[in-house]
Parts: sequence; structure tokens; C-alpha cells
Amino acid sequence: MIEVEDLHFRYPNGVEALKGVSLVIKRGEFVAIMGQNGAGKTTLVKHFNGLLKPSKGTIRVDGVATTETSVASLSRNAGFVFQNPDHQLFSETVEEEIAFALKNFGFKEETIEKRITWALNLLGLSKYRKTSPFLLSGGERKRVALASVLAWDPEILILDEPTIGQDHQQKEKLRQFIIQMQTQGKTVVIVTHDVEFVSECNPRVLLMKEGVIVADGEGKKILTTPEVLTKSSIVLPQIAQVFMKLAPLGFPKDVIDVYEAKEILLRKLQEMRK
Amino acid sequence: MSVFDGLKFRRIKSPIHNLDPRMKFVYVCAAFVAAILFGKLIPLFVLFLLPIPFVFLAGVQKEWLRSLRGAAFLAGFIFFVNLASSFFTSNYTLTAAAVENSAAMTLRFVVLVESFSVFFLTTSPDHLGLALEQTKVPYEFAFAFTTAVRFVPVLAEEAQTIMDAQKARGLELEKGGILKRIRNYVPVLIPLIVSAIRRSLELAEAMESRAWGATEKRTNLFALRLHRGDFALLAITVGILVVSIYVYIYVPIPTLSQFM
Amino acid sequence: MTIIETKNLTYTYPGGTTPSINNVSIKVQKGEFILITGPSGCGKTTLCRCLNGLIPHFYQGELKGHITVTGIDTTKHKTHELAKNVGLVFQNPENQLFALSIEKDVAFGLENLGMAREEMQERVEWALKLTDIYDLRERSPHEVSGGQQQRVAIAAVLAMQPEVIVLDEPTSFLDPLSAEKIFEVIHELNKELGITVVLVEHRLDLTAKYADHIIIMDEGEVVFDGNPREILSTEETRLIGVGIPKATFLYHMLKKEGVNLGEVTPLSSEDLTIILQEALKTSDRG
Repeated sequence: MIEVEDLHFRYPNGVEALKGVSLVIKRGEFVAIMGQNGAGKTTLVKHFNGLLKPSKGTIRVDGVATTETSVASLSRNAGFVFQNPDHQLFSETVEEEIAFALKNFGFKEETIEKRITWALNLLGLSKYRKTSPFLLSGGERKRVALASVLAWDPEILILDEPTIGQDHQQKEKLRQFIIQMQTQGKTVVIVTHDVEFVSECNPRVLLMKEGVIVADGEGKKILTTPEVLTKSSIVLPQIAQVFMKLAPLGFPKDVIDVYEAKEILLRKLQEMRK
Repeated sequence: MSVFDGLKFRRIKSPIHNLDPRMKFVYVCAAFVAAILFGKLIPLFVLFLLPIPFVFLAGVQKEWLRSLRGAAFLAGFIFFVNLASSFFTSNYTLTAAAVENSAAMTLRFVVLVESFSVFFLTTSPDHLGLALEQTKVPYEFAFAFTTAVRFVPVLAEEAQTIMDAQKARGLELEKGGILKRIRNYVPVLIPLIVSAIRRSLELAEAMESRAWGATEKRTNLFALRLHRGDFALLAITVGILVVSIYVYIYVPIPTLSQFM
Repeated sequence: MTIIETKNLTYTYPGGTTPSINNVSIKVQKGEFILITGPSGCGKTTLCRCLNGLIPHFYQGELKGHITVTGIDTTKHKTHELAKNVGLVFQNPENQLFALSIEKDVAFGLENLGMAREEMQERVEWALKLTDIYDLRERSPHEVSGGQQQRVAIAAVLAMQPEVIVLDEPTSFLDPLSAEKIFEVIHELNKELGITVVLVEHRLDLTAKYADHIIIMDEGEVVFDGNPREILSTEETRLIGVGIPKATFLYHMLKKEGVNLGEVTPLSSEDLTIILQEALKTSDRG
């Protein structure tokens, strides 16, 4: 559980990136933090594992204030997957890469072996166990980075812009992976500006603008409110664009999912034929 | 890092900033020569005071002072080494002349630092790059210089991101003895180096795609032209040199200790 | 007039065991806006590099088959000669800009070509205005946003006045709003100036509406090449893993359920809205 109260953060160069953010993320929730570049999304999530400490206000993760403990100990609980996997990969083999964090966190040898196997299986990387991560493709390297974080089984998973540079299939796999994490009871937080991806997942959405939260609620509702979106420079998802224009004909406005759209349209068309 | 602070550029528009970097560099060289020429305190003190009006005109006092503070440690070191050497070589006696001499050596070092500091503080890297391009320096070097400066902030940010990413995997940079700490930096250095290599490859591709190497006679969007201010600076510089050489040869310089 | 033509183009990177592109034969007409898409690793980036000579000159390796771009055989001319005719904009905005001010960056290619200063200044101003970044010209590339950086890259290529501009996933790192702006700029360059555009993209929802034809690649080969509306109608396209626009997908689903929505496949939400409004009106009357 993440509790943030009136969080303010000012960078050393004077820029005030967070101007009073308050929120609660409960265990097992799936939250998408959205907003323009510079709105403060990444700054906010970097507080969840203590990489940044508040200038004012408090943040507690599972009851512990982040100012009272180290990044390493907070990371044990909240795994952060950075946007660019090349900022993390440095080992000679994928196996060693995954073992890195496990060793840092003090896992025993036998456990490390088991965890590596488990993580590799989960992400379809078993055949690359002894391969150098630098020889893998972009998408594969992203999976190695993800595996290296999952290996230590954190309760909270933070993904920073996980859809950038991914093709359609990779995004679909990512979506299913997040669902899988949720069924395991993990709390998943993603920072993204990919509206189409979010509309396929329909998570809780936190919309940020200039260091504050301007909207907090069900994805469906927030992503179909044009006034809120244009203020934060977010584009309406495609399906929502269509239903916005069809609203005068008696259609609901808060539709973002393709399959739901199909059902609604079919019903209406059949009604009209009668 | 505070010594480097004095070398960091700020984009201000002042008459000093607008001076041609080549003229400014000539001034620095002249100050260099004059500083080496004199070994006595009084002329060195004069040389020390000389750039101060320029500093104020350019509005870079704060950064300039910071660079001097950064040099203070080294300056103190030079002072004590000089003092100690004269102490030990003169049968353990400490004379006023020895103190003054050490102070002079220290001041010489300070004069050099301050001249370079003023130069870098009042010259934007692009001006510097332009100056390099327009002198006989081969274009590859000027290009390497400006590109390096261009990417310094990018690399610095990347280094910070990499450190954050590894800290988020449990890496504790501050823990352990000296050997362990050095080893701790391997997970930071390797991604940084790999990223730099990848970046160079992408840059090379972009350069090739924009006709790099098409002709030996490369032209330039801008031209540095000398204005009145530059000629004024040149005159001052020449003046300093002439006066310095004259004083050095003909004028006996008193030492402070003579007055004691 | 054919401005790009490849015949059985096959390329293997040095040290590679299988070709990255295999038997690729495409034709692009002057003034067209074509879209190349396909799953990661399908060879789109390799194909782009062939179009301006980086392959084979920069990358070496083994290139077989024929390729002609703006009438020039790319294998027989150096990259810097081709640079005047074909511009290439890359994925990462930061790594294409080397100068300390934006206008110097835009002038880079022209300086390399040894252009006279006055002409260069005119070209730079022209390019900056076309990409709507004239006000940023004195800033350093690092100070501006990713979307603005990509516009600088486009301006830098545009300044050399090439006949063809190739863009390799230019909006990968950008947010949707900046991406839209980039596509608008590219679309204008194509429409107003007649520059042939080859765009590699995943975001079909934002770009399919601009394309004259779409080429889909998979595992190094061209699997589809044709009219956007046709291509996005086939089941195979979805199976390859290409992300067709949601509006198009919805249209197909409704059609499968027997709804009559006309014969024109929508490529954007605007298209679909019109189709649905029509269909609902006629249902109402019927």
C-alpha cells in the first residue's frame, strides 16, 4: 500500500516538479499514471522506491516512511523497471544479469538458481540463459530487464513507459503479462502516455499536469472526458473519439474498449431494425 | 567540482561575451606570458587585478569567485611547498623574502587560473567551436570539441539514470571498503560505456546521411568578424605585453620585504 | 515516374548468418506517401538504410539485387552523394543533433556540401519555418522537447532539399500529441512540396490515413504491398501482428456480424464516425 500525503519535490536546479500530490494506492491495484512530458509522472514514481525523497510532505510504502530507510530496502518491496533496458544491462550472461539483484538482496545460492529459472520461464527467455544480453534484440533486452526485476518477486511493480518502441504483438504480450501479475495479487503501477494501450487495460488512471493530480478515477471515465484530457495534452482514444461524435444519437460517452463498442453498436442497430 | 563551475558557460549577453573568442584567447596567452615573466609579488598582483573590471562588466563575479575558491586548495599547497623548500634549503630559517616569494609563486598560479576562468566564463561553447572552425584547426577537431560539449549534459543525465536503475536493483554504492566501492561502479560504468558506443554509432549514421565528407572545402553558417571592441582588447593586450617586457628589462621591482 | 525501385534486394549484415531482408522488390512513384510496417525485426530498418546508401557503404556486408533511388544506383555512389537526393530521419531524436545551436544543426548538411553562406542562411530559415521551429533556432538541442528535436532533424534533412525523405519510426520516443504534430508536418511536406515520403511506423491509427500505399514486411520479406484500405481489411494482416487502427478493427467486426456499413474501409476514427452515422440514419428510416 502506497500512501502519499501532500508531496512536494524540488529538483536541485530549482524546478518544482511536484506541488502537493496526495493519493493512496491499495494492494493489488493496477494504476496508470498519465500526463504530458514534464507533468511529474516519473518524479512521482521515483519516490515509491526512495530514489527521490520528498522536499515536503510524506510518503509511506507499506507503513514505512521512505525517508526512514534505504533505496535498496524499499526496492526489495517495489521493483522499478526503467524505460531503457540498456541503462541496466552490464553482465556477461543473462543468468548473471538476473542474479545481480538477487545477490544484492542477500538471497541464498539455491534460491537464486530457482528464481532465475522461474523468471526466465515466465518471460520465455530460457534459451538465452547463457547468452550475452548485448547480443539480444531490443524487445528481448526489455524482457531481460523485466525478468531481472521480477526475479526478486517484489509486491509492487513499477513500469516506466513500458510500451515505447514496442510493436503491436509485444504490447499485447505486455498487457497479458500485467493481467497475470494482477492475478498474483501484485500492485502494478505504469507510467505511460499510450492512451490506446491504457484503453485496452482500463486501469485506474491518475492524470497529472504540472506537478499535481488533475484527475483520479476509472480509466473509462477519465479517458472520455475531453475537457480534462485537452488540459493535459492527452489525445482521446480512437473508440472514444467515435462515440463522442455519436453521443447525440443516444450512445453512451464512456466507451473505450473495442469489444464493448461492438456490442453497443450491434444492439442499437438491431433495435433500430425492429 | 567547484573548479569546473568556473569553467561552465552561462548564456549572458554582455560586451565581454560578444568579444571574439580568438582575441580573448590572445589576451589569455599574453597574461600567461606576463605571469611567467614576473617572479615578484607586486607585478603579479597588478596582473591579478587586471581582469577584474572585465569580470564585473560580464556579470560573472559569482562564478569567477567560485572558481578561485576551487583553486584555493591547490594554491595553498603551492604556497606551503615553496615555503617548505626554502625553509629546508636555507638551514631552517624563514625569511620575509621567502614568504614573499612563495606568495608570488602562488599568485602566479592564481593569475593563470583566473585568466582561463574569465575566458571560459565569457565564451559560449558555440563561439569557441566557431573560433576553432575558423582558425587553421582541422574541422574534425572542432567538430569533436563541439559535439563533446553538446553531449556532456546528456551523458551526465544518463549516468544519473543508470545509477538510479542499478540502485533500484539493490546496488549500494556507499557500502563496503575501498575495493568493494570501486567494484560497485562496474554496473554503472559498463552501461554508460555501451550506451556511449551505441550513441556514437547512431551519430555516425546521422552524419553520413547529412553528407559528411562531401567536400574538403566546408563552409560555415556563421562568420566571426572582428569589431571595435575586439580591436580595443587587442590594443590592451599588446599594451600589457609591451609594458610587461619594458618593466621587466628596465624597471627594478621592489619587493615588499625591502620595506620591512 | 518511379523514384525508388528495388528488385530482389537481399542483404546480410557482416557476420550475419541469415539475410535481414530477402528478395525485396518494391516500387515507389514520385510524390507518393508510403508506409512501411511490420513486427519488430522484420527488416524495415534495414530497408531504410538501403535507401540512402548507408547499406552497403557504411555497414559493409553483402548486398544482392538491384536498387535505384532517384535514378541513382546506390551501390555505385557514396552516401554523401545520395544525401542530396534522399534524406533519412532516425528514431532517436537526441542522437541526430550534434551542434550547439539548432540553426547550426539545420545547416550542418549544407555546410558539408560547401554551400555559399547566403544561400545556406536562406535555406536554413526556410526549413525552420516549414517545420514551425523558427523561434527555437538559437536554442541548444538539449533544451527542447523530443518532439521539437525531431522537427529539427526533419528541418536539417529538409534543408538539403531532397526528393525523397525516409523516416524510420520517428515518433517512437514521443507522446501521441507530439507524434501527431510530426505526422502533420510530414504530410504537408508531401502535399505542398511534392516530396516523396517513406515512413516506417507502428502507429497505423495516426498514419494510415495519409498513405498512398502500405508495405507490410515480416521476417525480411514483403508480404503485402498495396492500397491501405485493402491491406487493412485482410485477416492475415492481423495475424502477422500488425496493429491495425481500432476504428478499422471495429468496422470489420461489425461487418462479420452482418451489419451493412458500405464498402469503404475506414482508416481513422473520423472515417468510421461518418460510416456509422450513415448506417444509423438509414436504420432509423428502415
